[in-house]
Amino acid sequence: MSDLLASDLITPDAGEPPLLGLASVSILKVAPLARFSFRARTASLKKAGTAFGVPLPVKPLTSETTAKRAALWMGPDEWTLLAPEEDLQAVITGIGSKLGNEPHALVDVSDRSEAVIVTGEKAAWLLNTGIFVDLSQETFPVGTVTRTLFHKAPVMIWRIGPDAFVVEAWGSFMDYVAGLLVQCAQELEAA
Amino acid sequence: MLLIYCPYCEIERAETEFRCGGEAHIARPSDPEKTTDDDWVEFLYMRSNTKGIAAERWRHIHGCGRFFNAVRDTVSDEFLKIYKTGEAKPDLEALAREAGK
Repeated sequence: MSDLLASDLITPDAGEPPLLGLASVSILKVAPLARFSFRARTASLKKAGTAFGVPLPVKPLTSETTAKRAALWMGPDEWTLLAPEEDLQAVITGIGSKLGNEPHALVDVSDRSEAVIVTGEKAAWLLNTGIFVDLSQETFPVGTVTRTLFHKAPVMIWRIGPDAFVVEAWGSFMDYVAGLLVQCAQELEAA
Repeated sequence: MLLIYCPYCEIERAETEFRCGGEAHIARPSDPEKTTDDDWVEFLYMRSNTKGIAAERWRHIHGCGRFFNAVRDTVSDEFLKIYKTGEAKPDLEALAREAGK
């Protein structure tokens, strides 16, 4: 999966069996990682980006990644930062010491949500069974990230490859989201 | 389904991602201590409930989470103008004329 964004960060959880494994689409649980909700003013962005290791994107719905870091645009003053689990403390002290007294909020929300990777040629089709967003490559290129609704659950979708998406939902909604995805995929099996 | 343009995400999204936040441009009294009960009632409860062109607050709650303002025709549901919070209230009559209402 080395051609995907943040390939060292978003890795399938080795201990979990795949939720779905069809030829055209598969769903894998993502191994735990450190997630942060970061809010700050424009003046602090550059410093925060340097401290985190990847610049914070200012263009709506985009993301910036390295192999072990990801900064996702959530709103005009809000970002989701992803890092490996073991770097949790390093990120907090790094950004905290760099920004000092500048007003900002960095909150550890690692356990708030869970993520799955949806891959395969039918991945976009499968997500579109519950998401009213045009997922074609022209309007939703690789790297695009957005919060939206999947059926009735709020989710975050992030395209990490032409045929690969990360779908993140709050822990208590994940059974609903993953369950519906698996159920909708039965249509592919039947075809 | 309505498609609504979010000025922060700079994209059109389905109506289900949004919530309407009621009438826009209602300013809280600047000096609460000197405000009379009648003025509080006016601020808290009295809304124009326009049939036609009205400025409303909307929130992209299942997207970027931000509030913005929109001028909407409450009869046809047509959005005439969408602008960010903090920008001046547009001339509703001029917008109505432009739209031929």
